[in-house]
Amino acid sequence: MTTLTQSRVTAAARAAAPARTATGRSARRRATARALLRRPGFLIALAFTGFVILSALVPAWFTSADPYATAPADKLLPPSAAHLFGTDELGRDLFSRVLHGGALTIQATALAIGIALVGGLGLGVLSGFVGGWVDALVMRAVDVLLAIPGLLLALAIVTAVGFGTVPVAVAVGVGIIPGFARTTRAEVLRVKTLPYVEAARTGGAPWGRVLLRHVLPNSWGPVAVLAVLDFGAAIIAVAALSFLGFGAEPPAAEWGTLISAGRNYLVTSPWLSLLPGLFVGLLVLALNHLARTVEEVGR
Amino acid sequence: MTAVAQLTDLEVTYRRHAPAVRGVSLSIAPGEVLAVVGESGSGKTTTASALLGLLPAAGRITGGRIEVDGLDVTHAGERVRRGLRGRVIGLVPQDPMVGLDPTRRVAGQLAEAVRLRGVPRRTAQVEVLQLLHEAGVDDPELRARQYPHELSGGLRQRVLIALALAGRPRLVVADEPTSALDVTVQRRILDHLVDQVRTSGTALLIITHDLAMAADRADRIVVMQDGRVVEHGPTATVVGQPQEAYTRRLIAAAPGLRGFEPRPDEPAPDVLRLTGATVDFPGSGRVLDGVDLTVQRGRTLAVVGESGSGKTTALRVALGLQRLTAGRIELDGQDLTDAGWKQWRPLRRRVQLVHQNPFAALDPRFTVAESVAEPLVSFRVGDRRTRATRAAELIDRVGLPADTLSRLPAELSGGQRQRVAIARALALSPEILLLDEPVSALDVSVQAQILDLLADLQRELGVSYLFVSHDLAVVAQVAHRVAVLHRGRLVESGATTQVFTDPRHERTRELLDAVPGRSAVAR
Amino acid sequence: MTAAVLAAPGVPRTRVLRWGPAGYIAGRVLQAAGVLWAAYTVTFVILWLLPSDPLALVLSANNVELDSLTPAQLAEAQARYGLDQPVLTQYWTMLTNALHGDLGTSTTKGVPVTQLIAERLPGTLQLSGLAILLALGGGVLVAWLAAYVRWSPLRLLLTRLPSAGVAFPSFWIGLLLIQVFAFGLGWLPSTGSAGPQALILPAVTMAIPTGAAFAQVLTRSLTDTLAEPYITTATATGLSRAAVIGRHALRNAALPTLTILGLLVGGTVTGAIVTETVFARQGVGTLAQESVLNQDVPVVQAVVVLAAAAFVLVNLLVDLLYPLLDPRIARSR
Repeated sequence: MTTLTQSRVTAAARAAAPARTATGRSARRRATARALLRRPGFLIALAFTGFVILSALVPAWFTSADPYATAPADKLLPPSAAHLFGTDELGRDLFSRVLHGGALTIQATALAIGIALVGGLGLGVLSGFVGGWVDALVMRAVDVLLAIPGLLLALAIVTAVGFGTVPVAVAVGVGIIPGFARTTRAEVLRVKTLPYVEAARTGGAPWGRVLLRHVLPNSWGPVAVLAVLDFGAAIIAVAALSFLGFGAEPPAAEWGTLISAGRNYLVTSPWLSLLPGLFVGLLVLALNHLARTVEEVGR
Repeated sequence: MTAVAQLTDLEVTYRRHAPAVRGVSLSIAPGEVLAVVGESGSGKTTTASALLGLLPAAGRITGGRIEVDGLDVTHAGERVRRGLRGRVIGLVPQDPMVGLDPTRRVAGQLAEAVRLRGVPRRTAQVEVLQLLHEAGVDDPELRARQYPHELSGGLRQRVLIALALAGRPRLVVADEPTSALDVTVQRRILDHLVDQVRTSGTALLIITHDLAMAADRADRIVVMQDGRVVEHGPTATVVGQPQEAYTRRLIAAAPGLRGFEPRPDEPAPDVLRLTGATVDFPGSGRVLDGVDLTVQRGRTLAVVGESGSGKTTALRVALGLQRLTAGRIELDGQDLTDAGWKQWRPLRRRVQLVHQNPFAALDPRFTVAESVAEPLVSFRVGDRRTRATRAAELIDRVGLPADTLSRLPAELSGGQRQRVAIARALALSPEILLLDEPVSALDVSVQAQILDLLADLQRELGVSYLFVSHDLAVVAQVAHRVAVLHRGRLVESGATTQVFTDPRHERTRELLDAVPGRSAVAR
Repeated sequence: MTAAVLAAPGVPRTRVLRWGPAGYIAGRVLQAAGVLWAAYTVTFVILWLLPSDPLALVLSANNVELDSLTPAQLAEAQARYGLDQPVLTQYWTMLTNALHGDLGTSTTKGVPVTQLIAERLPGTLQLSGLAILLALGGGVLVAWLAAYVRWSPLRLLLTRLPSAGVAFPSFWIGLLLIQVFAFGLGWLPSTGSAGPQALILPAVTMAIPTGAAFAQVLTRSLTDTLAEPYITTATATGLSRAAVIGRHALRNAALPTLTILGLLVGGTVTGAIVTETVFARQGVGTLAQESVLNQDVPVVQAVVVLAAAAFVLVNLLVDLLYPLLDPRIARSR
């Protein structure tokens, strides 16, 4: 009983069936992994993200230059083999500074996403699963938080708590919570009304089991995709806050601080701002691409 | 007379897959009604898409020819194809509920199609009303001003028919026409469409899974399976002297063509009893009104009705998911009228549900073995090993091979999934299975297999069924007794033989008349 | 069918049915006011209750060290900022003052906050207005082209373009634009607020992330809409692709994107902070940046509440206009 518009889907499903010889869960996971790895864009994005995270953890593997060693003679050098990203106004190696700055930014982002995941998932599951007045209350609270743009909420928190990497991370994390809570709740609500959940309930399963075995595993997908997307958004937010001057104290430099510091030399040495910014943009682009591809293949 | 449309050895392939249509030839003469009959995956829909030039981006015509109105359009460009759409070939889509643009008035959508013929704006309005009138829409002036969501499904289908005919085409393609509607509405609209094309001399191509429905209306029938034409010829020949085993199977699966063989009604003790069951919904009023239903041990009670009849609510009451406003519900003599979730829980071992949609009824992350054993886990029956043994035994019982146990639902067909769902429902050895339209989402020949399975299980296990369906034809094969609901009231109930041969109520007669295939047999 | 029975109909429709249009509007306005009040309360909690000593924060904004004050001066300062009162009284006073249009006094500049904002607002409004227009126009154009173009390389480029616009930090985009169009080509001024020409680069900078986000949502919605059966119906009547997309698909696809309009407008306030800083423009954005840097609490609070008010207002307008655009919600028959 296909319609004209659905015929492609059934045709694909039909032809795919005999091709798959192995069956069951592990075979299916392997098939998903194969489908992902066949996409060159996905591989490039994965490799770049892996490189950035690894270089943030152990920058010494990728650069021998000291990010804080000044060399006035070598100041404002353009990119070359010796200095991949050139040098800044004090002669410090910019590539090394970007990699070391990555550690701060990635830590802050991970903390922010951790806060958002715990808070957002908790609220979303509570709201969607319990329903009733709890749901109404949580969702009104989320509406209020959504009304305040994320970065402004973060600015208010930074004003109150003070500057530095950790306050920025907390501020950004709190700003992401409402979006997470909403998505989680919507997914939980969707899965909760599916026939297999009703089947489990009428099969006598208690709510706890239904939540853990059916609702959570099946609502996790979109939430995980959102987490990766928000990781990118959080990197930008953290960078924006440090660009505005609310991040770590010098000489330590997060990515936003590097871009901001290079601004004064934009006319003569544009790479000082533009290369770190390109680095950040490519990372976020790679993260977004990973999230979207996983979403597409998983569908 | 030249054909309106002619397909010669047509082959259509979706990117990186085996051909979906392999060497299909057929022709449609002016004014003829041709039916292409096949189950899902037969290629019937792809064939129609290719004819309309509406193949999805991944689909390519890889062989053969398509001629429309004497013109070779096999590889014609978008401009040529657009000129044919609407004016030479019109389309009546499958689902009337989603076939119309929700944000535009009926008149606007129709006028747009009429004006493509070059009709000036002023006379277009007159033609729109004329088209609606011809399609059997009452009060065309009112309907033209309305938005699609303000119309019933039947009216929307009539508007879609008017839309298909707005370009005065020479051929109308009807894709699974009206299968989304109630059976009686379905019958009236199809009859009207056939009358309309016959008087105007337009050819009609019906794409359907339902051989009986095709037999009632088509001049000729083409039966398709796996992308090929397996049998074709005049309706009387195909239905009366089928040459192919596949055609014979389709006929056997259509009760209207095969004739009714109801199961005898021998009395047995009552298991589940609803007495004067009444349910009020806040806002939508009384959905169930003083209904008496009795399920007997080892017997099947079929509850039949169209949408809004209250049959689903009755099922939810029997499942303990819906409280009664008035009346009583008893299970084995135990009064459960005021029982809450706690009192119901132990009873769930005795009453189980099989859901309508096998595609959503299984958790996509659970293997078949896990799904089947889940009720055992919920009730802490046995240990890991005995549960695995029980799952294997159940899978065997519902006629699936043992290697199914490790599979995921995505790797199973609709019929296989429904067997798994039945196995799960049987895991706790319940006394009653509540079956909510258990075959309506399946292909006809698969339907017959599932219904046979249900009958076998009942014979072997002595389980009782409450079988809810909108389709009297399906019910005929499994029910001992039939109850007909209409707008929340019980209008007729009795032994299946009596209800089918001597219906007392007007609604029952209408439902019986709507069972396809009866007029073909009479012919 | 059992699951369908569980599903509740959309909230707006039931409201329209139960209370009629007037009741719906009144309810919606009340709800908006409630959200705004709650947002104000949240900022109060963050800015006045979260700091261990708000007075230290206020005084440090004036470069006064808490330890240098005598107890008498301390008490006087506490009284000046109302910090000697119980928390609820402080809250109540501030809220009633805010309702009367008094958002307090800047602790660094010693000027009423409303006056500061009034001075800076026109420039920011011009910038944001232009940016929103550019973002919406660009977003619709990119989404429409991505659906209409059939040459697959260009189509792929158009569908991927928005994700690049979202990924790059807007301050970096601003710097890149300055580098290319001001320093490189010398077409436009790099910084400042003089003349309409100075508005172009900042507006484009602000429009890119907003427009890209809008284009992403619209493209997705358009792709879903083009797979709807009624699009097949319309195509089968013989309409051209342009007509099918323009008259049927775009309108239906745009409806769900209306709900993110509020988020986009709220996002432009955030965008203004970064953009005005990059382009050294005088506006509410730079006011916010300076105030956070100086920990000027009343100004920060005012800007946050202002942004929330803009968001609430746009959402209110969208909700009130939605029934006029989507017939399924409007008619209560």
